[in-house]
Amino acid sequence: MADTFKPPEDFTIRLRRYDPESGEAPYWDEHTITLEPHRSVLEGILQARARFDGSIGIRCSCRAAICGSCGVRINGEPGLACHTHLDEARASGANGAIEVEPMGNMPVIKDLIVDMDAVHWKKVQRVTPWLIAKQPVPEREYLASHDSMVDVTQTMACIQCGACVSDCLAMEVDPGFIGPAALAKAYRFVGDPRDDAHDIRLRDLAEDPQGIYDCTHCFKCVEACPKDVNPMGQIMRLRRIAGSDFGIVDKNNGERHEAAFTTLVKDNGLLWEAELLPRSYGGNSWFGKLHPSAAKELLSSLPAILKALMRGKVTPMGALRPHKIPKSDLDRVRAIYDRIEGREERYELNLYVSGYDEEEPPAAAPAGAVAQEAAPSAPDGAGTGVEP
Amino acid sequence: MPAHDVLIIGAGLAGQRAALAAAQEGASVAIMSKVHPVRSHSVAAAGGINAAISVDDDWHSHAYDTVKGSDFLGDQDAIEIMCSQAPAEVMHLEHIGVTFHRNDQGELDLRAFGGASIKRTAYVADITGQAILHVLYEQLMRYHETVERFEEWFTTSLVQDQDGRCCGVVARDVRSGRMETFHAKNVILACGGAGQVYRPTTNALIVTGDGIAQAYRIGAPLMDMEMVQYHPTTLVENGLLITEGARGEGAVLLNSEGERFMEKYAPNKMELASRDVVSRAEQTEILEGRGVGADGAGIYLDITMVPRKRTLEALREIVNIGKDFAGVDITREPIMIRPGQHYIMGGVKTDVDGATSIDGLYAAGEVACVSVHGGNRLGANSLLDTLIFGRRSGEHAARRAASMPMPSPSDAQLHEDVAMIDEIIARERTGRRVSEIKEELGDTMNRLVAVYRDEEGLQEAHEIVGRLKQEAQSAYIDDRGTVFNQDVLGAIELGYMLDCAEAIVVAAIERKESRGAQFRTDFPERNDAEWLKHIDISPNGDGPQVSYSPVTFTQWQPEERKY
Repeated sequence: MADTFKPPEDFTIRLRRYDPESGEAPYWDEHTITLEPHRSVLEGILQARARFDGSIGIRCSCRAAICGSCGVRINGEPGLACHTHLDEARASGANGAIEVEPMGNMPVIKDLIVDMDAVHWKKVQRVTPWLIAKQPVPEREYLASHDSMVDVTQTMACIQCGACVSDCLAMEVDPGFIGPAALAKAYRFVGDPRDDAHDIRLRDLAEDPQGIYDCTHCFKCVEACPKDVNPMGQIMRLRRIAGSDFGIVDKNNGERHEAAFTTLVKDNGLLWEAELLPRSYGGNSWFGKLHPSAAKELLSSLPAILKALMRGKVTPMGALRPHKIPKSDLDRVRAIYDRIEGREERYELNLYVSGYDEEEPPAAAPAGAVAQEAAPSAPDGAGTGVEP
Repeated sequence: MPAHDVLIIGAGLAGQRAALAAAQEGASVAIMSKVHPVRSHSVAAAGGINAAISVDDDWHSHAYDTVKGSDFLGDQDAIEIMCSQAPAEVMHLEHIGVTFHRNDQGELDLRAFGGASIKRTAYVADITGQAILHVLYEQLMRYHETVERFEEWFTTSLVQDQDGRCCGVVARDVRSGRMETFHAKNVILACGGAGQVYRPTTNALIVTGDGIAQAYRIGAPLMDMEMVQYHPTTLVENGLLITEGARGEGAVLLNSEGERFMEKYAPNKMELASRDVVSRAEQTEILEGRGVGADGAGIYLDITMVPRKRTLEALREIVNIGKDFAGVDITREPIMIRPGQHYIMGGVKTDVDGATSIDGLYAAGEVACVSVHGGNRLGANSLLDTLIFGRRSGEHAARRAASMPMPSPSDAQLHEDVAMIDEIIARERTGRRVSEIKEELGDTMNRLVAVYRDEEGLQEAHEIVGRLKQEAQSAYIDDRGTVFNQDVLGAIELGYMLDCAEAIVVAAIERKESRGAQFRTDFPERNDAEWLKHIDISPNGDGPQVSYSPVTFTQWQPEERKY
């Protein structure tokens, strides 16, 4: 039992301040606050506001990571101020100070307050964010499986804080990208068995050049999310459902690329690099290279191919023959395929649903479960906090 | 000049539900909130929503449980309306997309909750309020052409015409500092309770009694203000809420001797007795020296007997709260909790359509007192209250608007409020800071107007609140700006909180008996002969004036209350 109350300590908080009415550039403002180390950065900021300077601007309300108001960057990382412990923040900061800045990818209104309208709320509106219910509406509830509702609860748990948007690399490059939060919201309907517009929704999001295929798969949003919504994972699920269940063609060719990749590994145990490009474009077999669109891609890639040859990164023999691995290893690779492909349903990692079967001994639990198990017993698990 | 048939202040569950209902009736509707709607405090409601939807259940049973939970102070006509309309409301929510968790048959699953005689709480993990709030906001986005949204607008006053009718509000755009008069045929207050009057509280920083005070200031009586709910399980560290759903799933309470002490206080319902009973039991254990923790001011909540997978799936939020805010893995070890301020049963007195005594002014949700909660609210009845009476207010206000012309109030109140804000901003930095007064108020209320009360303590609280009201007149702030000047809004909120605190204290002094959440150690018995009535508080010149109104009975007569 965490019965180890720690005495209050001093913490230095550096706040990025900006007063739009002053005509001055943003500046750093430093305050020393005194609180127990497991209290939140938000509580620290509120103490500074109450004691020293009431003009510090930050949106905040619930203090419990459920209202989504206090999205900021702490030592450069996006998150909720109320959800970050002072001692952890100090440990990750430079020179023992805790630096708090407004979120990225959004215009700053004042101090830590940003304008989320254009980059967040309008994009949520963009994904038709309401249930288009199957007809006729039943007299009582729609019947739906327990797992399907628990599954969409993961995206329902999004508190619209904007942390993922703050850190989204694709949005930094393409501000028109619909973005991780809005696309996670889209999954909330595509994953909902009561919704009657899965096909239209997916086609819309796949055909929009700033839709699901605009995500660059960088994982930043997964790390940033304080609620384990896993936005990128939801985007990938939208892609898989669009491609596999609705036959929607990915114009970026990503899906065929993935199919070629996995087939080559299944056949050879290792990737056969030279075959990847022709198969991705021409068709997922040795004959793919004979297809006109593969020839076109090969031709346009010729300079790169020649360079690789000249530098010895590719050899003609290596291009003509796959890598070889021992038969026993190849069998083990194929066993993985058999297990995954043999499942009746596509296995989707959802922290709400899977990975937590306590009957299983820890060694047999999936990797995700082990990682989750480990988290609470980390140093902060005992209420002692990370060593400063 | 914005002008609407129905203007709703507050965009939590009651406000959004009212907006959608009024729009459905064909009214022109605007909804205004000092925060973005999804930041509203309804988002923090965790455990679920009550409705007699099981085939084994009956709304009469729900109504009886609610009457008994209220310690017979609830108005039974209103309770009957709420409980009988609950199943249809929950089905409506399901149809528009709330992801209620299911049982093995694919129907809505139900969990046990305090004071309920059967499992009747529908839920979405332990984020039920968030799920419903976000789904209603989805509907507002869907109907964005019919419901105009004013997000991050702070209401400073309600506006009345010469005849006393409410005909609009004055509000400030938080982003720009611009102030405007909003004309409206009807105003619906749906801006929540007053939890910040206490420190600590489970309530969000925005819950500052705005609507209660605004209505009171223009003459609307407040009712049941002495009834302030302490939730039995709030985190010792910082007062955050641990949902009653935990006990609903099977968690138990233990004292320092490892005893399941609820056996002594509520042998039948144990941990699932009503909240006032459980909070008092905990407080008694703590006062008698059987509390846990370094200063003995806590109680253990032990949830380790609930299967881990179930806890992680259905109580995920409190797993995170335990981990993030107390450093405890609640699936492995008990967590330290204590009773903490959570809800105010009282509020602006309304009828069953949400109408207040001021023509054109409605109230719904925690800001209002219908009264369906009486002396003590049952868990998972608050979401229901917001939705049922939010909808009814919206419908009623829309119908009223259909037969009347658009009022055009003068800008007199606007000028007054602009001057009021200028005066606050111009105050010299002498005397006390607004934040100091707020802290002293919260500490005072939590010390003297809490689970156990007595005359001496209440009188002391009354004096302190009176002094703080004086000091607030000249309390200073730091921010001189117009863009997002949260500091000046904090000063206005402090005024609202002090009005609410005064009403709470005066009503608590008045009620010389123990009923529901009001336990007077100097009057420890319930006294139906003298006090089976509501206490109304109205403004009268300098201070609050007390009067009484009868409790409405339909089918349930008062009886001894045992769990």
